[in-house]
Amino acid sequence: MYAYDELDRTIINERVEEFRDQVKRRLSGELTEDEFKMLRLQNGVYLQLHAYMFRVAIPYGTLSSEQLRRLAHVARKYDRGYGHFTTRQNIQFNWIKLAELPDALADLADVGIHAMQTSGNNTRNVTSDQWAGVAPGEVEDPRIWSELLRQYTTLHPEFSFLPRKFKFAITASDHDRAAIKVHDIGLRLHKNADGETGFEVLVGGGLGRTPFIGKTIKPFVHGHDLLSYVEAILRVYNQYGRRDNIYKARIKILVHELGIEKFAREVEEEWLQMRDSALQIDDSVIADIRSRFSYPAYEKLPHTPDELKKAAHDPHFEAWRRNSTFPHKAPGYAIVVLSLKPVGGPPGDATADQMDAIADLADKYSFGEIRVGHEQNLALPHVARRDLPALWKALDSIGVATPNVNLVSDIIACPGLDYCSLANARSIPIAQELTRRFANHDTANLIGRLHINISGCINACGHHHVGHIGILGVEKNGEEFYQITIGGRADEKAEVGTLIGPAVPYGDVADVVEDIVEAYLALRARPDELFIDTVKRLGVEPFRERVYATR
Amino acid sequence: MTSPLQQKIKITGPSVITANRTWDGIVIWRTATKAWSAELSDAAIVRTADEARALLAESVADDVGAIGAYIAPVDIRDSGKVKPGNLREHIRSAGVTIELPVPA
Repeated sequence: MYAYDELDRTIINERVEEFRDQVKRRLSGELTEDEFKMLRLQNGVYLQLHAYMFRVAIPYGTLSSEQLRRLAHVARKYDRGYGHFTTRQNIQFNWIKLAELPDALADLADVGIHAMQTSGNNTRNVTSDQWAGVAPGEVEDPRIWSELLRQYTTLHPEFSFLPRKFKFAITASDHDRAAIKVHDIGLRLHKNADGETGFEVLVGGGLGRTPFIGKTIKPFVHGHDLLSYVEAILRVYNQYGRRDNIYKARIKILVHELGIEKFAREVEEEWLQMRDSALQIDDSVIADIRSRFSYPAYEKLPHTPDELKKAAHDPHFEAWRRNSTFPHKAPGYAIVVLSLKPVGGPPGDATADQMDAIADLADKYSFGEIRVGHEQNLALPHVARRDLPALWKALDSIGVATPNVNLVSDIIACPGLDYCSLANARSIPIAQELTRRFANHDTANLIGRLHINISGCINACGHHHVGHIGILGVEKNGEEFYQITIGGRADEKAEVGTLIGPAVPYGDVADVVEDIVEAYLALRARPDELFIDTVKRLGVEPFRERVYATR
Repeated sequence: MTSPLQQKIKITGPSVITANRTWDGIVIWRTATKAWSAELSDAAIVRTADEARALLAESVADDVGAIGAYIAPVDIRDSGKVKPGNLREHIRSAGVTIELPVPA
């Protein structure tokens, strides 16, 4: 966990009081909506179809049990008893009243949570690998650098009015769980030949209307130079990024139009002017941030304790253990993923009661810590393997132990037309139907790793471009239709998926997905060839032929 | 941002003005008595672009009471009952099409 200092707490508390005054003036008519809109967006407040939506930041996906309980409290007191975890390590409340928002913000501020930089044309919540600090083989905890960027970008005047929103993601593992290649700036922490820690810097990735995979602009930037290099990128973007057309305003468009070589030259020129400035980070700064993260005092524990051997006879437990627990850097411990994808449920939603129960379980079994992943699941990052049987029973009793992590029913979905004012089509009911179709765990395991991502519009909050199967809702003559892509992926081999055929109506989507999966099972070279590898090997055409032959 | 009043108004059938209430965000419709109602059945129906423009103008003028006013299509059944004219408006009027995680 990271402990905020007095300065952070002051900033958060002052922001609450500023917003309280702004809301008061809005409700009295002193501020018009045109004047107020930017102020509310700077505090994570959108207007959706039915109500205001309040988006709260969970920087680098790390929460304490106390913070999760407070999110539950906000869900219960100010909303309708649940929250929705998003694809960018935020949580959204869908039914909140503007008049009560300052109180909700104040309650969150008490435990160091805020909604700054969850909206608007600024640098957004810095995201990271949700297993940061516990994943085996990690170069270093990437949250230290995420926190450095959080501090640096928070309320930074030069980057508060960018041409468009700007998103960072950081990983320190070979396997990218933070989707860094589809962010405006992606950072991969690694060591150079001299053993120094630094970053591969990628730029210009993004989804939305015009998807691009980020390109490496510099293979190694020393940690000391991270802020100056990032600032150089943002300055070039701020100077040349288009402000006349919202659809062409993201940095990915600038990088694409200039070309990565020219863009890199511009950044290099800018960087050389400021490299040795006050932005050069001293080791003591990093050491200070590192010291404010607390790490558990792990016990020396056996990898296969008696409790685990005994529980192995229960096939339900074993199915969950094999699916939802992952190796940990500390012997005798595991990372446990909590599926927020129950059969027939809205992906990423958790009730206040579930949040409270998970917070209690985090205290009991995970040193009081919870993680939030961009796949819209939660994780307990420090669970002793001897505690897995007891934890499983507790998780199962609150509905977050569906053994479908990384399987076909572990679907990413945006809120879609059920909630969102931008959406053209519904996402959640499509996801729900698919989870019912693939509810059989044996079938899901036979299929293996398969990511389905669903967006209700071209803005791509459901990351459909990088789903192994991507589903995009569009509107045709007043009806919901869905374009389906295959072959996308968001990891270290990130790719944008390819359209498999004409858009299909709402009622046909689940059938088409089933047909795609059946085609895969028939086409795969071996039982352990993953869906994404079969598509890579064969291309889209064999799938198109089989799926659309009778349509 | 272009004001709704500056946008070209084209309606193809009976329409209403809808918005969200400022203090709590709920869906509301403009009535014939220059007020807002949370019931679609109370909405003033307009049938021409001029009528729509006039009703939109008075709706937008109430910046304190409502946010984001716009023209939305409706269907009027033989019984006279007013129904939302498209899926988006149906969802705004009737609520989400899914079961909420916590029943209301």
